[in-house]
Amino acid sequence: MGKYKNALLGPLLEENPIAIQILGICSALAVTTKLETALVMSMAVIFVMAFSSFFVSVIRNQIPGSIRIIVEMAIIASLVIVVDQLLKAYAYQTSKQLSVFVGLIITNCIVLGRTEAVALKKPPDISFLDAIGNGMGYSLVLLIVAFFRELLGSGKLFGMTVLNLQAEGGWYHPNGLFLLAPSGFIIVGLLIWALKTYDKDLIEEE
Amino acid sequence: MLEHYISLFVKSVFVENLALAFFLGMCTFIAVSKKLETAIGLGIAVIAVMTITIPVNNLIFNHILKEGGLRWAGIADADLTFLGLIIYITVIAAIVQILEMALDKYVPVLYVSLGIFLPLITVNCAILGGSLFMVERNYSFTESVVYGFGAGTGWALAVIAMAAIREKMKYSDVPPGLRGAGITFIVAGLMAMAFMLFSGIQL
Repeated sequence: MGKYKNALLGPLLEENPIAIQILGICSALAVTTKLETALVMSMAVIFVMAFSSFFVSVIRNQIPGSIRIIVEMAIIASLVIVVDQLLKAYAYQTSKQLSVFVGLIITNCIVLGRTEAVALKKPPDISFLDAIGNGMGYSLVLLIVAFFRELLGSGKLFGMTVLNLQAEGGWYHPNGLFLLAPSGFIIVGLLIWALKTYDKDLIEEE
Repeated sequence: MLEHYISLFVKSVFVENLALAFFLGMCTFIAVSKKLETAIGLGIAVIAVMTITIPVNNLIFNHILKEGGLRWAGIADADLTFLGLIIYITVIAAIVQILEMALDKYVPVLYVSLGIFLPLITVNCAILGGSLFMVERNYSFTESVVYGFGAGTGWALAVIAMAAIREKMKYSDVPPGLRGAGITFIVAGLMAMAFMLFSGIQL
């Protein structure tokens, strides 16, 4: 049972894909101005990762080494198209807000990274759980960043007003910087700092 | 007319900088910005690949995938836009491969200096992102050439500036937990803030 638990829970903190492995950052920063988009994006990434790892792992012994990247790309791209079409059909507003970033899951390095590192070598059950674990680690960071950006930037959580805005007679004056690009970088930077202070083994030597 | 293209170019280099305003290509941005020399090599490769792939994807989108795009072939109402993603990434992978072979044959010096970066570019999201923005904003062919070159230049500029800053940072005393990735993110945040000054520029 141990290895299943490790595959699933390891990537949440110690091997967190965004904070420690520095993978999949582009989408992580771009969709985090609101919790809602961050949540939808997380679910899309978990879905694509879990099934691409699973399918690649099922056919891992049949894939010739020299064309493996193309095979993996084809599987990932097909899954992303499915997600993209589903979002357009059932959550059109959110898919408009996510704009090109759903398509960019294809080049999200976490997805390709996990299929390369795990799915090509291990059996389907482990790969599937590992992908879900990494997806959850990714989602965790996304949701934390989105929480701060939406709360401080527009005084809302999931679109519900939490801090009463001055403009509407309340007391909170929103900090517009949190809705712009720089705050995303800085929040992730601080998050990495916090994580590395919590677990000293992760500190990099330079 | 020329003004329109110059404005588009300036906009894609500074105002809508792919790395610092849209967070595209971040993984490579953080990983390859340790040394100035390698950052310059990667920057040039990105400019070359984007200037080629975005116009090619533009042609494919307008003449094959778009609704009614296949009219020249006698198929009037085919809408293949849903195949977009898989086609763009294939085109990018193919062009990177061709570019690699061509450089190896005709300009071996450049090929050696770009080394590992060319194949890595396939999975750089700035390249695919550029193509997707081109489709979303409905650029014409000429616009897509200008946009491809501009967006590539903007990304290269950002990664080279970042590498230069990180080389200087070797002499500073960074708190242990922030060393490496952490401080890089914060520097990128400050750079993004500086680039925000360009927003609203109209030529």
